[in-house]
Amino acid sequence: MKQKYKRLNILLIFMFAIASTIFFVLKALEEKIVFFYSPTDILNKEISLSELIRVGGLVVDNSIVFDSSGLEVLFSITDKKNVLLISYKGILPDLFREGQGIVAEGSINKGKKVFLAKKVLAKHDENYMPPEIEKMIRN
Amino acid sequence: MLKYFHKYANPGKFLTLALPVRKIMGIVSIGVVTVGLIFALFLSPPDYQQKETVRIMYIHVPAAWMSLMIYAFIFFSSVVFLVWKFPLFLILAKESVTIGVIFTFTALLTGSLWGKPTWGTYWVWDARLTSFLVLFFIYLGLKLIMDSFSYSSKGDYAFGYLALIGGFNLPIIKFSVDWWNTLHQPASILRTGGISISSEMLIPLFLMAIGFLFLFIYILLVSVEINLKKRKIIYYKNKPDN
Repeated sequence: MKQKYKRLNILLIFMFAIASTIFFVLKALEEKIVFFYSPTDILNKEISLSELIRVGGLVVDNSIVFDSSGLEVLFSITDKKNVLLISYKGILPDLFREGQGIVAEGSINKGKKVFLAKKVLAKHDENYMPPEIEKMIRN
Repeated sequence: MLKYFHKYANPGKFLTLALPVRKIMGIVSIGVVTVGLIFALFLSPPDYQQKETVRIMYIHVPAAWMSLMIYAFIFFSSVVFLVWKFPLFLILAKESVTIGVIFTFTALLTGSLWGKPTWGTYWVWDARLTSFLVLFFIYLGLKLIMDSFSYSSKGDYAFGYLALIGGFNLPIIKFSVDWWNTLHQPASILRTGGISISSEMLIPLFLMAIGFLFLFIYILLVSVEINLKKRKIIYYKNKPDN
Protein backbone atom coordinates (compact mmCIF):
# COMPACT_ATOMS: atom_id res chain seq x y z
CA MET A 1 0.00 0.00 0.00
CA LYS A 2 2.76 2.43 0.97
CA GLN A 3 4.73 1.75 -2.21
CA LYS A 4 1.74 2.69 -4.33
CA TYR A 5 1.35 6.08 -2.66
CA LYS A 6 5.04 6.75 -2.98
CA ARG A 7 4.87 6.08 -6.71
CA LEU A 8 1.74 8.21 -7.02
CA ASN A 9 3.46 11.11 -5.23
CA ILE A 10 6.51 10.93 -7.45
CA LEU A 11 4.22 10.88 -10.47
CA LEU A 12 2.27 13.92 -9.26
CA ILE A 13 5.45 15.91 -8.65
CA PHE A 14 6.72 14.89 -12.09
CA MET A 15 3.46 15.97 -13.72
CA PHE A 16 3.40 19.26 -11.85
CA ALA A 17 6.93 20.01 -13.02
CA ILE A 18 6.07 19.24 -16.63
CA ALA A 19 2.85 21.28 -16.48
CA SER A 20 4.58 24.35 -15.08
CA THR A 21 7.39 24.07 -17.63
CA ILE A 22 4.89 23.95 -20.49
CA PHE A 23 2.93 26.82 -18.98
CA PHE A 24 5.94 29.14 -18.77
CA VAL A 25 7.19 28.22 -22.23
CA LEU A 26 3.79 28.97 -23.77
CA LYS A 27 3.50 32.18 -21.75
CA ALA A 28 6.88 33.35 -22.99
CA LEU A 29 6.06 32.50 -26.59
CA GLU A 30 2.55 33.97 -26.51
CA GLU A 31 3.46 36.72 -28.99
CA LYS A 32 4.84 34.19 -31.46
CA ILE A 33 2.04 31.65 -31.19
CA VAL A 34 -0.63 34.17 -32.10
CA PHE A 35 -1.36 33.56 -35.78
CA PHE A 36 -2.40 37.09 -36.68
CA TYR A 37 -2.67 40.59 -35.24
CA SER A 38 -5.83 42.65 -35.16
CA PRO A 39 -5.95 46.19 -36.63
CA THR A 40 -5.80 47.51 -33.05
CA ASP A 41 -2.60 45.51 -32.39
CA ILE A 42 -1.06 47.04 -35.51
CA LEU A 43 -1.70 50.57 -34.21
CA ASN A 44 -0.28 49.82 -30.77
CA LYS A 45 2.69 47.69 -31.75
CA GLU A 46 6.19 48.48 -32.85
CA ILE A 47 6.40 46.73 -36.21
CA SER A 48 9.28 47.26 -38.60
CA LEU A 49 8.38 47.94 -42.21
CA SER A 50 10.13 44.92 -43.71
CA GLU A 51 8.74 42.44 -41.19
CA LEU A 52 6.46 39.75 -42.60
CA ILE A 53 3.36 39.62 -40.41
CA ARG A 54 -0.25 38.49 -40.56
CA VAL A 55 -3.30 40.58 -39.81
CA GLY A 56 -6.85 39.35 -39.38
CA GLY A 57 -10.32 40.80 -39.16
CA LEU A 58 -13.72 41.05 -40.80
CA VAL A 59 -13.98 42.56 -44.28
CA VAL A 60 -15.79 45.90 -43.93
CA ASP A 61 -19.08 46.22 -45.87
CA ASN A 62 -18.82 48.18 -49.15
CA SER A 63 -15.06 48.52 -48.80
CA ILE A 64 -13.98 46.18 -51.61
CA VAL A 65 -12.68 48.07 -54.63
CA PHE A 66 -11.14 46.32 -57.65
CA ASP A 67 -8.89 48.24 -60.02
CA SER A 68 -9.65 48.39 -63.75
CA SER A 69 -7.69 45.22 -64.54
CA GLY A 70 -9.63 43.33 -61.89
CA LEU A 71 -6.47 41.85 -60.42
CA GLU A 72 -5.63 44.34 -57.75
CA VAL A 73 -8.04 44.83 -54.90
CA LEU A 74 -8.31 47.27 -52.03
CA PHE A 75 -10.42 46.48 -48.99
CA SER A 76 -10.59 47.22 -45.28
CA ILE A 77 -10.73 44.87 -42.35
CA THR A 78 -11.96 45.65 -38.88
CA ASP A 79 -11.91 44.17 -35.38
CA LYS A 80 -14.93 46.36 -34.50
CA LYS A 81 -12.56 48.90 -32.91
CA ASN A 82 -10.12 49.96 -35.61
CA VAL A 83 -9.94 49.62 -39.39
CA LEU A 84 -6.97 48.67 -41.56
CA LEU A 85 -6.74 49.17 -45.31
CA ILE A 86 -5.32 46.22 -47.26
CA SER A 87 -4.01 46.16 -50.80
CA TYR A 88 -3.65 42.80 -52.56
CA LYS A 89 -2.84 41.53 -56.03
CA GLY A 90 -3.76 37.96 -56.81
CA ILE A 91 -6.49 35.39 -56.57
CA LEU A 92 -8.80 35.71 -53.58
CA PRO A 93 -10.19 32.59 -51.85
CA ASP A 94 -13.78 31.58 -52.67
CA LEU A 95 -15.06 32.53 -49.23
CA PHE A 96 -13.78 36.10 -49.54
CA ARG A 97 -16.66 38.60 -49.29
CA GLU A 98 -18.01 41.41 -47.13
CA GLY A 99 -18.35 40.50 -43.48
CA GLN A 100 -16.11 37.43 -43.85
CA GLY A 101 -13.19 36.88 -41.48
CA ILE A 102 -9.90 36.84 -43.36
CA VAL A 103 -6.20 36.63 -42.57
CA ALA A 104 -3.69 38.49 -44.77
CA GLU A 105 0.05 37.90 -44.82
CA GLY A 106 2.41 40.68 -45.85
CA SER A 107 3.94 43.85 -44.50
CA ILE A 108 2.80 47.29 -43.43
CA ASN A 109 3.77 50.39 -45.41
CA LYS A 110 5.15 53.65 -44.05
CA GLY A 111 2.85 55.44 -41.66
CA LYS A 112 0.97 52.23 -40.88
CA LYS A 113 -1.77 53.23 -43.30
CA VAL A 114 -1.89 50.42 -45.86
CA PHE A 115 -1.10 46.75 -45.41
CA LEU A 116 0.49 45.24 -48.51
CA ALA A 117 -0.73 41.65 -48.58
CA LYS A 118 1.14 38.86 -50.34
CA LYS A 119 -1.37 36.18 -49.46
CA VAL A 120 -5.02 36.29 -48.35
CA LEU A 121 -6.63 33.39 -46.49
CA ALA A 122 -10.32 33.11 -45.66
CA LYS A 123 -11.20 32.22 -42.11
CA HIS A 124 -14.14 29.93 -41.57
CA ASP A 125 -16.30 30.46 -38.51
CA GLU A 126 -17.82 27.86 -36.20
CA ASN A 127 -21.33 28.04 -37.69
CA TYR A 128 -22.50 25.21 -39.92
CA MET A 129 -25.95 25.32 -41.51
CA PRO A 130 -27.79 24.59 -44.75
CA PRO A 131 -28.29 27.56 -47.15
CA GLU A 132 -32.07 27.70 -46.53
CA ILE A 133 -31.63 28.25 -42.79
CA GLU A 134 -29.00 30.91 -43.41
CA LYS A 135 -31.50 32.71 -45.69
CA MET A 136 -34.18 32.51 -42.99
CA ILE A 137 -31.82 34.01 -40.40
CA ARG A 138 -30.81 36.85 -42.67
CA ASN A 139 -34.37 37.85 -43.57
CA MET B 1 -16.08 -1.86 -7.10
CA LEU B 2 -12.34 -2.19 -6.70
CA LYS B 3 -12.77 -5.94 -6.22
CA TYR B 4 -14.36 -6.26 -9.67
CA PHE B 5 -11.70 -4.01 -11.07
CA HIS B 6 -8.99 -6.32 -9.77
CA LYS B 7 -10.83 -9.36 -11.03
CA TYR B 8 -11.15 -8.11 -14.61
CA ALA B 9 -7.69 -6.56 -14.68
CA ASN B 10 -6.54 -10.18 -14.81
CA PRO B 11 -5.78 -10.92 -18.49
CA GLY B 12 -7.58 -14.31 -18.60
CA LYS B 13 -10.75 -12.93 -17.02
CA PHE B 14 -10.53 -9.89 -19.24
CA LEU B 15 -10.60 -12.04 -22.37
CA THR B 16 -13.74 -13.93 -21.33
CA LEU B 17 -15.45 -10.61 -20.68
CA ALA B 18 -14.09 -8.98 -23.84
CA LEU B 19 -15.16 -11.67 -26.31
CA PRO B 20 -18.92 -10.87 -26.48
CA VAL B 21 -18.22 -7.11 -26.30
CA ARG B 22 -15.83 -7.42 -29.22
CA LYS B 23 -18.35 -9.27 -31.38
CA ILE B 24 -21.10 -6.73 -30.70
CA MET B 25 -18.79 -3.75 -31.29
CA GLY B 26 -17.58 -5.15 -34.62
CA ILE B 27 -21.06 -5.57 -36.07
CA VAL B 28 -22.50 -2.36 -34.60
CA SER B 29 -19.59 -0.19 -35.74
CA ILE B 30 -19.87 -1.34 -39.36
CA GLY B 31 -23.62 -0.68 -39.28
CA VAL B 32 -23.34 2.76 -37.67
CA VAL B 33 -20.50 3.92 -39.93
CA THR B 34 -22.43 2.77 -43.03
CA VAL B 35 -25.59 4.61 -41.98
CA GLY B 36 -23.50 7.61 -40.93
CA LEU B 37 -21.75 7.74 -44.32
CA ILE B 38 -25.05 7.55 -46.20
CA PHE B 39 -26.31 10.51 -44.15
CA ALA B 40 -23.03 12.39 -44.44
CA LEU B 41 -22.49 11.96 -48.17
CA PHE B 42 -26.03 11.94 -49.56
CA LEU B 43 -28.80 12.95 -47.15
CA SER B 44 -27.28 15.87 -45.26
CA PRO B 45 -27.51 19.37 -46.79
CA PRO B 46 -24.53 21.36 -48.11
CA ASP B 47 -23.25 24.22 -45.98
CA TYR B 48 -24.22 27.85 -46.71
CA GLN B 49 -20.55 28.86 -47.01
CA GLN B 50 -18.51 25.76 -47.81
CA LYS B 51 -21.12 24.10 -50.08
CA GLU B 52 -20.29 20.40 -50.61
CA THR B 53 -16.84 20.66 -49.02
CA VAL B 54 -18.54 20.46 -45.64
CA ARG B 55 -18.84 16.68 -46.10
CA ILE B 56 -15.14 16.31 -45.30
CA MET B 57 -16.06 17.41 -41.78
CA TYR B 58 -17.93 14.14 -41.16
CA ILE B 59 -14.63 12.24 -41.38
CA HIS B 60 -12.29 14.97 -40.14
CA VAL B 61 -14.02 15.91 -36.89
CA PRO B 62 -14.79 12.37 -35.61
CA ALA B 63 -11.24 11.29 -36.52
CA ALA B 64 -9.81 14.25 -34.60
CA TRP B 65 -12.06 13.50 -31.61
CA MET B 66 -10.90 9.89 -31.67
CA SER B 67 -7.22 10.92 -31.76
CA LEU B 68 -7.75 13.00 -28.62
CA MET B 69 -9.92 10.39 -26.90
CA ILE B 70 -7.51 7.53 -27.64
CA TYR B 71 -4.64 9.63 -26.33
CA ALA B 72 -6.58 10.39 -23.14
CA PHE B 73 -7.15 6.64 -22.80
CA ILE B 74 -3.42 5.94 -23.28
CA PHE B 75 -2.64 8.63 -20.70
CA PHE B 76 -4.91 7.21 -18.00
CA SER B 77 -3.91 3.61 -18.73
CA SER B 78 -0.27 4.64 -18.36
CA VAL B 79 -0.99 6.30 -15.01
CA VAL B 80 -2.71 3.13 -13.80
CA PHE B 81 0.23 1.07 -15.01
CA LEU B 82 2.89 3.32 -13.47
CA VAL B 83 1.17 3.54 -10.08
CA TRP B 84 -0.65 0.24 -9.66
CA LYS B 85 1.49 -1.90 -12.02
CA PHE B 86 -1.42 -3.68 -13.69
CA PRO B 87 0.21 -5.21 -16.79
CA LEU B 88 -3.13 -5.32 -18.62
CA PHE B 89 -3.28 -1.53 -18.70
CA LEU B 90 0.12 -1.32 -20.32
CA ILE B 91 -1.09 -3.71 -23.03
CA LEU B 92 -4.28 -1.64 -23.50
CA ALA B 93 -2.22 1.55 -23.81
CA LYS B 94 0.28 0.03 -26.24
CA GLU B 95 -2.32 -1.54 -28.48
CA SER B 96 -4.15 1.81 -28.72
CA VAL B 97 -1.13 3.61 -30.15
CA THR B 98 -1.28 2.32 -33.73
CA ILE B 99 -5.03 3.01 -33.93
CA GLY B 100 -4.36 6.51 -32.63
CA VAL B 101 -1.68 7.11 -35.26
CA ILE B 102 -4.13 6.21 -38.02
CA PHE B 103 -6.94 8.44 -36.70
CA THR B 104 -4.51 11.35 -36.19
CA PHE B 105 -3.15 10.96 -39.72
CA THR B 106 -6.71 10.83 -41.10
CA ALA B 107 -7.61 14.03 -39.27
CA LEU B 108 -4.49 15.82 -40.55
CA LEU B 109 -4.99 14.64 -44.13
CA THR B 110 -8.71 15.43 -44.38
CA GLY B 111 -8.17 18.76 -42.62
CA SER B 112 -5.50 19.68 -45.13
CA LEU B 113 -7.73 18.73 -48.07
CA TRP B 114 -10.54 20.82 -46.57
CA GLY B 115 -8.21 23.77 -45.94
CA LYS B 116 -7.28 24.24 -49.58
CA PRO B 117 -10.77 25.08 -50.94
CA THR B 118 -11.93 26.84 -47.76
CA TRP B 119 -8.97 28.82 -46.47
CA GLY B 120 -6.90 28.86 -49.63
CA THR B 121 -4.00 26.82 -48.26
CA TYR B 122 -3.19 23.22 -47.33
CA TRP B 123 -1.28 24.08 -44.21
CA VAL B 124 -0.56 27.00 -41.87
CA TRP B 125 1.47 27.04 -38.68
CA ASP B 126 -1.28 28.23 -36.37
CA ALA B 127 -1.65 26.99 -32.80
CA ARG B 128 -4.34 24.36 -33.51
CA LEU B 129 -2.67 22.77 -36.52
CA THR B 130 0.78 22.81 -34.95
CA SER B 131 -0.33 21.33 -31.62
CA PHE B 132 -2.21 18.61 -33.51
CA LEU B 133 0.90 17.81 -35.55
CA VAL B 134 2.79 17.55 -32.24
CA LEU B 135 0.19 14.99 -31.12
CA PHE B 136 0.96 12.99 -34.28
CA PHE B 137 4.69 13.06 -33.49
CA ILE B 138 4.08 12.01 -29.87
CA TYR B 139 2.07 9.06 -31.16
CA LEU B 140 4.94 8.15 -33.49
CA GLY B 141 7.38 8.45 -30.57
CA LEU B 142 5.30 6.07 -28.48
CA LYS B 143 5.13 3.64 -31.38
CA LEU B 144 8.89 3.81 -31.84
CA ILE B 145 9.63 3.14 -28.14
CA MET B 146 7.09 0.34 -28.10
CA ASP B 147 8.50 -1.39 -31.21
CA SER B 148 12.11 -1.00 -30.05
CA PHE B 149 11.39 -3.09 -26.99
CA SER B 150 8.90 -5.67 -28.22
CA TYR B 151 8.64 -8.66 -25.88
CA SER B 152 10.86 -6.97 -23.32
CA SER B 153 9.74 -4.92 -20.34
CA LYS B 154 12.73 -2.57 -20.57
CA GLY B 155 10.89 0.11 -22.50
CA ASP B 156 7.72 0.01 -20.38
CA TYR B 157 8.66 2.95 -18.16
CA ALA B 158 9.96 5.04 -21.04
CA PHE B 159 6.64 4.40 -22.78
CA GLY B 160 4.63 5.26 -19.67
CA TYR B 161 6.45 8.50 -18.96
CA LEU B 162 6.36 9.68 -22.56
CA ALA B 163 2.62 8.97 -22.58
CA LEU B 164 2.31 11.14 -19.45
CA ILE B 165 4.28 14.04 -20.89
CA GLY B 166 2.30 13.93 -24.13
CA GLY B 167 -0.94 14.16 -22.15
CA PHE B 168 -0.30 17.84 -21.52
CA ASN B 169 -0.71 18.48 -25.22
CA LEU B 170 -4.42 17.52 -25.06
CA PRO B 171 -5.70 20.66 -23.26
CA ILE B 172 -3.41 22.74 -25.48
CA ILE B 173 -5.05 21.27 -28.60
CA LYS B 174 -8.57 21.70 -27.22
CA PHE B 175 -8.14 25.30 -26.03
CA SER B 176 -5.62 26.50 -28.66
CA VAL B 177 -8.45 28.12 -30.61
CA ASP B 178 -9.56 30.09 -27.52
CA TRP B 179 -6.15 31.04 -26.09
CA TRP B 180 -4.60 32.34 -29.29
CA ASN B 181 -5.74 33.80 -32.61
CA THR B 182 -5.82 30.90 -35.06
CA LEU B 183 -6.90 30.31 -38.62
CA HIS B 184 -8.72 27.19 -37.52
CA GLN B 185 -12.27 27.94 -36.41
CA PRO B 186 -13.23 27.70 -32.71
CA ALA B 187 -15.23 24.77 -31.29
CA SER B 188 -18.76 24.31 -32.63
CA ILE B 189 -20.08 21.78 -30.14
CA LEU B 190 -18.30 21.94 -26.76
CA ARG B 191 -18.55 25.71 -26.44
CA THR B 192 -20.17 28.31 -24.20
CA GLY B 193 -23.32 29.52 -25.91
CA GLY B 194 -24.50 26.15 -27.21
CA ILE B 195 -24.05 24.11 -30.36
CA SER B 196 -23.58 26.10 -33.55
CA ILE B 197 -24.12 23.28 -36.04
CA SER B 198 -27.55 22.74 -37.52
CA SER B 199 -29.18 19.48 -36.41
CA GLU B 200 -29.28 18.01 -39.93
CA MET B 201 -25.48 18.09 -39.90
CA LEU B 202 -25.14 17.10 -36.28
CA ILE B 203 -26.87 13.72 -36.75
CA PRO B 204 -24.39 12.31 -39.32
CA LEU B 205 -21.53 13.83 -37.33
CA PHE B 206 -22.55 12.01 -34.15
CA LEU B 207 -23.29 8.79 -36.05
CA MET B 208 -19.78 8.84 -37.49
CA ALA B 209 -18.29 9.64 -34.08
CA ILE B 210 -20.12 6.74 -32.41
CA GLY B 211 -19.19 4.44 -35.30
CA PHE B 212 -15.52 5.38 -35.01
CA LEU B 213 -15.62 4.90 -31.23
CA PHE B 214 -17.05 1.39 -31.59
CA LEU B 215 -14.55 0.65 -34.35
CA PHE B 216 -11.74 1.68 -32.00
CA ILE B 217 -13.05 -0.57 -29.20
CA TYR B 218 -13.37 -3.46 -31.64
CA ILE B 219 -9.84 -3.11 -33.08
CA LEU B 220 -8.41 -2.59 -29.58
CA LEU B 221 -10.02 -5.75 -28.20
CA VAL B 222 -8.85 -7.81 -31.18
CA SER B 223 -5.29 -6.43 -30.79
CA VAL B 224 -5.23 -7.08 -27.04
CA GLU B 225 -6.40 -10.66 -27.58
CA ILE B 226 -3.66 -11.24 -30.18
CA ASN B 227 -1.09 -9.69 -27.86
CA LEU B 228 -2.10 -11.89 -24.89
CA LYS B 229 -2.11 -15.03 -27.02
CA LYS B 230 1.34 -14.21 -28.44
CA ARG B 231 2.61 -13.84 -24.89
CA LYS B 232 1.19 -17.24 -24.01
CA ILE B 233 2.92 -18.87 -27.00
CA ILE B 234 6.26 -17.27 -26.10
CA TYR B 235 5.83 -18.34 -22.50
CA TYR B 236 5.26 -22.00 -23.44
CA LYS B 237 8.06 -22.00 -26.03
CA ASN B 238 10.54 -20.77 -23.43
CA LYS B 239 9.46 -23.20 -20.74
CA PRO B 240 12.55 -25.33 -19.88
CA ASP B 241 10.78 -28.74 -19.83
CA ASN B 242 9.71 -28.47 -23.49
